Amino acid sequence: MAVAREAGLPSPAVLRPWLRLQEALAAYVFLAPAALIFAAFIIFPVLFSFYLSLTRWNLLEPRKAFVGLENYLTLLRDPVFSRALLNTLYFAAGSIPLSMVLALAVALLLNQKVRGMAAYRVAYFSPMVTSTVAIAVVWMWIFDPYNGVANYALSLVGVPPLRWLFDPGWAMPALIIMRVWQTLGYNVVVYLAGLQNVPETYYEAARIDGASPWSLFRSITLPLLSPSTFFILVMSIISSFQVFAQIHVMTQGGPLQSTTVIVYYIYQHAFEGYRMGYSSAMAFVLFAVIFSLTLVQMKWVQRRVHYE
Amino acid sequence: MNRLVAVAPLPTLRTGRRAVIHLLLLGGAALMIFPFIWMISTSLKDIGEVFTVAPKWIPSVLRFDNYAAAWRAAPFGRFYLNSIIVAVAVTLSQLTLGALAAYAFARLQFPGKDALFLLFLGTMMIPDQITMIPAFLLMSWLKWTNTYYALIVPNMVGAFGIFLLRQFFLTLPRELEDAAKIDGCSRLTFFRLVLLPLSKPALAAVGIFTFLHNWNSYLWPLIVTSTTSMRTLPVGLRFFVAQEGATQWTLLMAASVFVMAPVLLVFLLAQRYFIEGVSITGLKG
Repeated sequence: MAVAREAGLPSPAVLRPWLRLQEALAAYVFLAPAALIFAAFIIFPVLFSFYLSLTRWNLLEPRKAFVGLENYLTLLRDPVFSRALLNTLYFAAGSIPLSMVLALAVALLLNQKVRGMAAYRVAYFSPMVTSTVAIAVVWMWIFDPYNGVANYALSLVGVPPLRWLFDPGWAMPALIIMRVWQTLGYNVVVYLAGLQNVPETYYEAARIDGASPWSLFRSITLPLLSPSTFFILVMSIISSFQVFAQIHVMTQGGPLQSTTVIVYYIYQHAFEGYRMGYSSAMAFVLFAVIFSLTLVQMKWVQRRVHYE
Repeated sequence: MNRLVAVAPLPTLRTGRRAVIHLLLLGGAALMIFPFIWMISTSLKDIGEVFTVAPKWIPSVLRFDNYAAAWRAAPFGRFYLNSIIVAVAVTLSQLTLGALAAYAFARLQFPGKDALFLLFLGTMMIPDQITMIPAFLLMSWLKWTNTYYALIVPNMVGAFGIFLLRQFFLTLPRELEDAAKIDGCSRLTFFRLVLLPLSKPALAAVGIFTFLHNWNSYLWPLIVTSTTSMRTLPVGLRFFVAQEGATQWTLLMAASVFVMAPVLLVFLLAQRYFIEGVSITGLKG
């Protein structure tokens, strides 16, 4: 301070507001590019999408007509939309529990500090990093009704061949099988991280009390893993509601709309039928579902943090 | 002798248990990599060997020329170029702009900081499927559809990267900055010469994640591209499948190998960063 005064510089008391202003200005400059892009491509689109959902507008015509909530009311009566909703739920309910149970089993086995961990990791995690489109093409070949290996495997146990992706009853199960295979790795990673947080001393204490491996699992592992389970569950539901590439490559929503899921139906209306208003209304319903799921998850995480 | 007998069963039991664990894990691993193996096997077969009643696991003649044929059947070179340009540009931009924003959130004081941070994080809760219609309209209004601008600009920033880098910057000691300031170092110089070099692990994790995500991205490139020459690899592959029909399996499998190979390679080389990234998202909540 004394040095500053002697040098004839303004005192720190004068300097402080100026320094603060300078710091804030620097921060705004650093944040400007990111803020601009978020505003233009996320925040503005969300608001604009709500406005669009209140209009009737075909992209090929110049006129937008404001129709209020009409699109939302039409949605309620649209049988294909409810079909798409049900198909999405079928897809989620078919794939999530199976993927979670298998992932937990794999994570428990990998957590036994086995040798060759790196090799197992490659095997279990490779599906989740590869392009869904490329993977989908491979599974189309596996499910090929004439020469696919899926039917060959069935023939080994005496089951007659299925038409898989060409059969309205079997197309969805085929997609679910691929989905379980694809999502398993991610769930294993989350479960493994969760298992690492379970203190070894809990098991030692219980073992001294003579607990069986099954009761160790039931009363220690499972309850302590519940945050991971909850996290995987919510994330999986959210991502199941967003599934698109797999459908667009493998079935195009067919046969007979048996695999038309929500995003695929939105895509059809928006980019094949150019009905921007109606498809925006559907997108908004989807948004409401995903947003509320995210809020549930955040609330739950907060409460858990509170207890700890 | 007696003692040996008493001790012996324990290790064998353990080895038995280990063997069972390995057996289960190996069985699962075999199922997991089967589609990849089957893809490679088919891609090397003569088309005649594809249509046999019992599958032929190992081709009798290796037809490497399937790859050349697939590469020529659609402009895969162009798709590759497009994918590389888009994924590299998006990754570099997300790292630069993300690090700048993260630095402001981690180190600087300014009015509206918390609100802005929440707003940024909130963008992660908004799926692409909600913004795609207005974003597409914006692209056509700007006359950007079917250009690299449309493929790159809307993805130049990601909240995930900003969040991750901010968390990392918060762990670096504050004294570094004070020392730099005393040496007369400006904020930008400090950022460039001190902060970024120290943050290599975090930047690598974010970079790999962003690259993989964009390499595999499908819906957005599908709706903003309209000519073959602007398609990225996944979109190009999809139209290749539609054009060939589901019969040219040898070519389709060879093409799938093209699309997957770079990503699998990145994954094999950078496994550690990748798994770290997933664990961090897992913690994010």
